[in-house]
This record gives sequence, C-alpha cells and structure tokens, in this order.
Amino acid sequence: MSGRLQNALEARISAGGKCLVPYITGGYPGWEDAVRACAANGADAIEIGLPFSDPVMDGPIIQEASQVALDAGATPVSILHGVRTLDVGIPLAVMCYYNTVFHAGHERFAADLVAAGVSAAIIPDLPLEESGEWTAAADAAGVETVMLAAPTAPDDRLPRVTARARGFVYSVGLLGVTGERSSLAGTATALAARVKKVTTMPVLVGVGVSNADQAVEASKVADGVIMGASVVRRMIEGGADAVGAYVAEVRAALDSEKW
Amino acid sequence: MVTPGADGRFGEFGGRFVPETLVPACQELEEAFHDAWNDPSFRDELNQVLREYAGRPSMLTECYNLSEQLGIRLILKREDLNHTGSHKINNVIGQTLLAKRMGKKRIVAETGAGQHGVASATAAALMGLECKVYMGAVDVARQELNVFRMRLLGSDVEAVTSGSQTLKDAVNEAMRDWVATVESTHYCLGSVMGPHPYPYMVRQFHRVIGDEAFTQCNDLLGTHPDFVVACVGGGSNAMGIFSGFVDTPARLIGVEPAGGAAVNRGQPGVVHGMKSYLMQDEYGQVQEAHSISAGLDYPGVGPEHSYLASIGRAEYPTVTDDEVIEAFQVMSRTEGIIPALECAHAMAWIIREAPSMKGKTVLMNLSGRGDKDVGQMMNILGGLK
Repeated sequence: MSGRLQNALEARISAGGKCLVPYITGGYPGWEDAVRACAANGADAIEIGLPFSDPVMDGPIIQEASQVALDAGATPVSILHGVRTLDVGIPLAVMCYYNTVFHAGHERFAADLVAAGVSAAIIPDLPLEESGEWTAAADAAGVETVMLAAPTAPDDRLPRVTARARGFVYSVGLLGVTGERSSLAGTATALAARVKKVTTMPVLVGVGVSNADQAVEASKVADGVIMGASVVRRMIEGGADAVGAYVAEVRAALDSEKW
Repeated sequence: MVTPGADGRFGEFGGRFVPETLVPACQELEEAFHDAWNDPSFRDELNQVLREYAGRPSMLTECYNLSEQLGIRLILKREDLNHTGSHKINNVIGQTLLAKRMGKKRIVAETGAGQHGVASATAAALMGLECKVYMGAVDVARQELNVFRMRLLGSDVEAVTSGSQTLKDAVNEAMRDWVATVESTHYCLGSVMGPHPYPYMVRQFHRVIGDEAFTQCNDLLGTHPDFVVACVGGGSNAMGIFSGFVDTPARLIGVEPAGGAAVNRGQPGVVHGMKSYLMQDEYGQVQEAHSISAGLDYPGVGPEHSYLASIGRAEYPTVTDDEVIEAFQVMSRTEGIIPALECAHAMAWIIREAPSMKGKTVLMNLSGRGDKDVGQMMNILGGLK
C-alpha cells in the first residue's frame, strides 16, 4: 500500500540511516538547479513549494522567496511543468496552501501532480477535519498526503492524524512558522517521541531545523528532518551551488552518526 | 439564523482551514465560547460592561433632512456613538472577557482602518491584558491617528510590510503570531471571518446591534423597516444588524466597495481559515483589494455573508469610491453627522437607489464615526472653501 515517497524513506531507515528532505521554493529564479543540487548531494526526497499569496505558516525567508517567485510570474502550472522535466530520480512532494488545490479542483490537482511525476502533497492549512475531499481524490490518484502533527495536539488526536498520513508524518518542530532558529526547540524531540509511539510510519521533524547539528539532534528521536528556511536562504544568497554544499554537509553529519 | 454545527459551516461556507498547531486552540475556543454564552453570569457581566463602559444601547436617529431630500424614511442605528467610535467594541469586550475566562494573558489583533485595533487596545487596557496589533504599513500611513491612539492605550502596534500591506496581510501576521504564542495568547479577530468558531462567535457578540434595533424599530414603526443597509468588508457590522432582521421580511443590503467586492467579483475559495467568496486570480492567488476605506480593503468576506448571498436572503451591491466621497459630504452637510468612510458606502447606495425606494423605511447601520477619516478626506478634497 505504501507509495513511492514512503518506500524511499523506509529504504533509508532500514539501511540504518536518517532521512533528509530539503525544501525549495518553486518558481524562484534557478529553483530547478537547486532541486537537482539537493538530489545530487544526498537528499532522500525533495519538497517543492508552490508559492501562495498568503503563506500563513511561513516566516520571512520563505515568504520572501515566494514573493520573488510570484513576482517573476510563477504559477502552479508553470512550476509543475518545470517539475515534469527535472528527472532527479528521487521522490518529490509539493508543499502548497489549500486554496491552490481547492481552486484547481481536487481531482484535477491530484491528476496534475501525477502527470508531473510528483509523489506526494503537504498542505499545511488543511487539518484532518477538513481533509476528506482532498484525501479521497489523492488516494484515488495515488498521491501520498503527508499529515502534520503539532506540539499542541492532545494525545488522543495524534493517532487520528497519523492514521491518515501517507508518505511520512511531518512532526512540527516548534510553535511557530518556518524559519531559522539558533537552537532546536525542546518541543521538536518531545513531539517526535510522542508521534513515534503511535505510528510505524517514518516521522520527520520540520520547521525550525536550521543546521546540521540540529538535524542530528532531531534525528536522535525522529527518522529524519525536513529543512526549509536554511536551504532557501542559501538558494537566495548563493544559488544551487550553495544549496548543494549545504545539503552535502547535512547528509555527511547525519551519515557520520551511529544510529 | 444559522447556528453552525461541529463542522463550522454556514451552508457550504465556513469551516476551519488552519495549521494543525491551531486546531486544538480553535476547539478550545469553541468550547469556551459555548460555555460562556450559555452561562448567565458571563452574559450579565458582558451586558454590564456594554452598558456602563461602551454606552449601550445605542440609539436610533431619524434623519429628517435626508429623508425629505431622498423621499424615504431614513433611520440610523448609532453604533458610531459607542465608546471608541464604532461597533467594534461589542466584539472586543466579548472576546476579552472570554480571553480572561480562558486564562489568557495576551491578545493579538489585526486592524484595517484601526477601529478594531483601537477597540482591542481599549478593552485590553480595561481588562489588564497585554495587546499587540498588526496593521498593514499602507494603513499605518493613512490612519496615523489611530496608530497613536493604540499606543497611547498601551498596545504595541506593528506595521506589516508583506504583501499588499493592508488588512489581509495584517491577518496573516496576526495568525503567524498566534501560531507561535497560542498557549498564552488569544487571537482577538475583528470580523465575522476566520476559522470556526470566529464567524459565529463574532456575530453573536454583535447581534446586540440587531436585537436592539429590532425592538427599537418595533417601538418606533410598529414593524420592521423595509430595508436594512450596512457596509461589508469582512462584514461584522452588517451581520450584527442583519441578525435582528434575517427572520423578518426586511430586505437586507450589504454594500461592498467596488474595489473589494468579494461577493460580487469573487469565487468560493479558502484563506484565513475559512471557505468563502474570495477575490482571486485564475490560480487561486488572493487578489489585493483597493478601496478608499481601509476598513473595507479586504478581498474576502465572512462566510455567513457568502451563505446569505448564495441563498438569496441578502443582496450585495457595490458603490464606487467617487460615490462614497460624495455620500460622506452629503451626510455631513445635511445631517450634521460625519460618517466613517466605511458607512459612507451604505449611505452612497441609499442615495443612489432612493428613487426606487420612495416612501420606504430604510434602516442604516452607522457603524462608525468619521473622525478618523477627516485627515484623509482633507487630502482628497483639498480643503473646503
């Protein structure tokens, strides 16, 4: 039953490793090369953001990248068209806000993802209770819907969230929006431990995992990490080369540990 | 009146489209509001503060001069005479009392024209809560007096420089704050919008407008008015007054600005936690609203308005900025009442449509006073001879 994304992550985990999923804002100038750089330097999967006018879960760095992409004329259609030609050999997930899905239509959006070769979708403003129409369409099309687990969730909520998750469970690292932090929040490992107790799916920590040390720290409890703002900042500052070097650095840090 | 169920829906509209982090907070708020609303001691306290502090009930004013000019019987519901100068105080007193009951120490709020921000800062001062207000940088510039008022009242005001730098971006930033501070902070949302239970809760806090007006109209007219007219941005003052008349045959008119007409020019969409009519492009990107009035510069609308529009119970015409500027002056000169620019939208529609309403009784919600707008109007009109 598991899909391509989950299979790839489980392969890494069963080989004794930890998963690394970088995030790249689609449509930002040079984003395709940044995605290739992630794939070439040890990413297990890549999250591609579809920029939205009102990204309420994102902090300043990803907001800025999204705005630049939108100003450059990026649309979901143009980005998915670009994704189609990437051919990076690892699973891709899109991160988008729900109105992008709703406006396109659930079935059509799921079909568009499949046509672009995208394995999974992460929709941060679509909580469990509102997710039925999308997950029905996604399941039917074979798109894995990653669900987010939050530090505020009571114990009885987590199993219901993880039961609906496909691909992996996105364990939100802190109370707050995406962005770099000087240290890993205590909530990151605390929540990951709670989530691990209620699911056999891969559990990855994202939001506020800001460097290689923090990736290692989070992975002591979780199965790996999603890294967004710290990757996007490097794309803004140094393009694909900087992204590639950074992903390689985190990969090496994760691989140097005995898990 | 629709009471939304657990799914927070008014027909197909509403819901709770928020990050997972906020879901438990919305559920907690829903429960706390339900308990409070059904608790006579909470309602007594709320009514006491509304009476002693906000100055309720607000009166009705017959507009004899305009009625004669327009050939209608025009009656105003005077929410502009509330403490802080608009209807917004009804909701913030309710929400701050609720926040205290929930043990929250801090509130955050968004504001467009600054009316909800000033009301929030006022209630926070009264209740001893810390308050932070997010306001688009464009609005900060055009409503600088309200910014100073909020600071004078002890609140922290942050100018939001992302996106269109108006109300929708202030909402985004307030939600981002709330995601990070949800355990100690209540989001004091200023209109009948956002995730469930806000659209329902804010309407309940404002229905005092409609309930009072229903009784006052009965006393004055012996019946309901023929038309009930209010301006609509997010739509809180309109939902407040509509609440008193939605179960009567009165025609309900929500007047949108031509440049921010979610019901007229929008399609169903999802932003700020709700499914509602929304101005958006072909890919679902939310479009920027453009209105002379900061309080109506919002590309969405509360979900109950979308519902009332979809079933044909309320009508949502538009007026242009030019019609609003004219109505602002007409009302000032003819009745000696300077309306908020928001309310001048309702007035503009009444002036335009009066020929088709001859002899009818028209109740307009004058939801705010125009003091905050005189600086902007002075710039537009270039001073008057």
